[in-house]
Amino acid sequence: MINFSKKFQASPYKKLWIGIGILILLSPLGIILPELFKSGGAWGEWGAEGLEKITGYIPEGLKKLSGLWKAPIPAYGFSGWKGLFKSSAAYIISGIIGVGLVVLVSILIGKFLARKK
Amino acid sequence: MHIPDGYLGPYTYGGLWAAIVPIWIYASGKIKETLKASQVPFLALSAAFSFVIMLFNVPIPGGTTGHATGATLIAILIGPWAAIIAVSIALIIQSFMFGDGGITAIGANCFNIAFADVLVGYGIYRLVAGVRGQSPQATRRGGGSGVISTRHLIGAGAGAYIGINLAAFLTAFELGIQTVLHVGTDGRPLYSPFPLAVTIPAIMIEHAVLFGIVEAVITIFVLIYLRKSHPDLIGRGL
Repeated sequence: MINFSKKFQASPYKKLWIGIGILILLSPLGIILPELFKSGGAWGEWGAEGLEKITGYIPEGLKKLSGLWKAPIPAYGFSGWKGLFKSSAAYIISGIIGVGLVVLVSILIGKFLARKK
Repeated sequence: MHIPDGYLGPYTYGGLWAAIVPIWIYASGKIKETLKASQVPFLALSAAFSFVIMLFNVPIPGGTTGHATGATLIAILIGPWAAIIAVSIALIIQSFMFGDGGITAIGANCFNIAFADVLVGYGIYRLVAGVRGQSPQATRRGGGSGVISTRHLIGAGAGAYIGINLAAFLTAFELGIQTVLHVGTDGRPLYSPFPLAVTIPAIMIEHAVLFGIVEAVITIFVLIYLRKSHPDLIGRGL
C-alpha cells in the first residue's frame, strides 16, 4: 500500500485519477436525473419481467438465457438499499469496486503486453 | 446499448464472439509492438474512464436513458487498438460484476462499442482532422506536442457522434433480426421479440438526437481540458 501511495504521488496522471474519483462521486446523477425526469431504463435492456409487461409474454429462449448469470452486484445496487440516498451510496460503492477491478485487469493485461524496458 | 442475456439467439451471440476474439488477439499484437511498461497506467486510466462515463445515464424526459461510451475519445488518446482493449475490459467487468450487458452478449457488446464505435469514431476523427500516416503511432509524430486544433476538435466530435450512432445501429440491427432468425413452434419469437421496424427507430432516434451529442460534447471538452492540463498526452498514442 505504501508503494501504491508513493506511485500515486509520483504519477504524472495524478490529477486525472482524482478526476476519475470525482466522476465516481458524481455518478449517482446517473440514477437521480432519470428519476427526476421520470425516465425508464435503457431501451431493450429490460429484465424478463420488465419485458413481459411490454409484450405480455416472455420469449422461451430469453427466459432460459436471462437467468444464466447471477451478477454479484446486479444493476450497481444492493438489495434492500432502497430510496435515492441509499441507492446513490450503493452506486458510488459499485463505481469504486468497478473502477478498482477495471484498473486491476488493465494493469495485469498491460504488464503482460508491455515491452520489457 | 448493453444487450442483456437472452435478447440474442445463439447464431448472433456466437457469431459475434467468433468475431471479437480475433479482433482482441490482433489488437493485443498491435499494442505489444509499442506499449511501454510506463504507459500501462494510462491504459488503465482510459479503461476506468470508459467504465465511469457509462455510469452517467442521461435521461430522455418521460422516455428512456442512455449514456456516452468514451470510445472515440480513448481511441484519440491511446490509439484505436489499445482503445479496443480498454473499452472491452470496462464492458466485461460491467457484465460479470453488475449484470450490465449479458455474458453471452459480451461478444456483441464488445463488437458494437469496443470495436465498431472505436474504429469508426477514430477513423472519422482522422479523416476530418486530416491526421495522416498508416499506423496509430503516426499520430504520435511530434511526440505529444499538445497540438490540437479546432479542426481536430471538430473531427473528434464528428467521430464521437458517428461512432456511438454506429454502435446504436448495430445493437438495433442485432436485436431486430432475432424475430427472423429464431421463431418458436408456436410462431412466437424465441429471443428479442421486436422486429427491425421497431428496434431501429427506438434505438437510433435517441442516440441521434441526444446520446450522440452528449458523447461528442464530452469528447471535445475532455480534449480541451487535456490540451491545457496534460498537453503531453495529446497526439501521443500508446
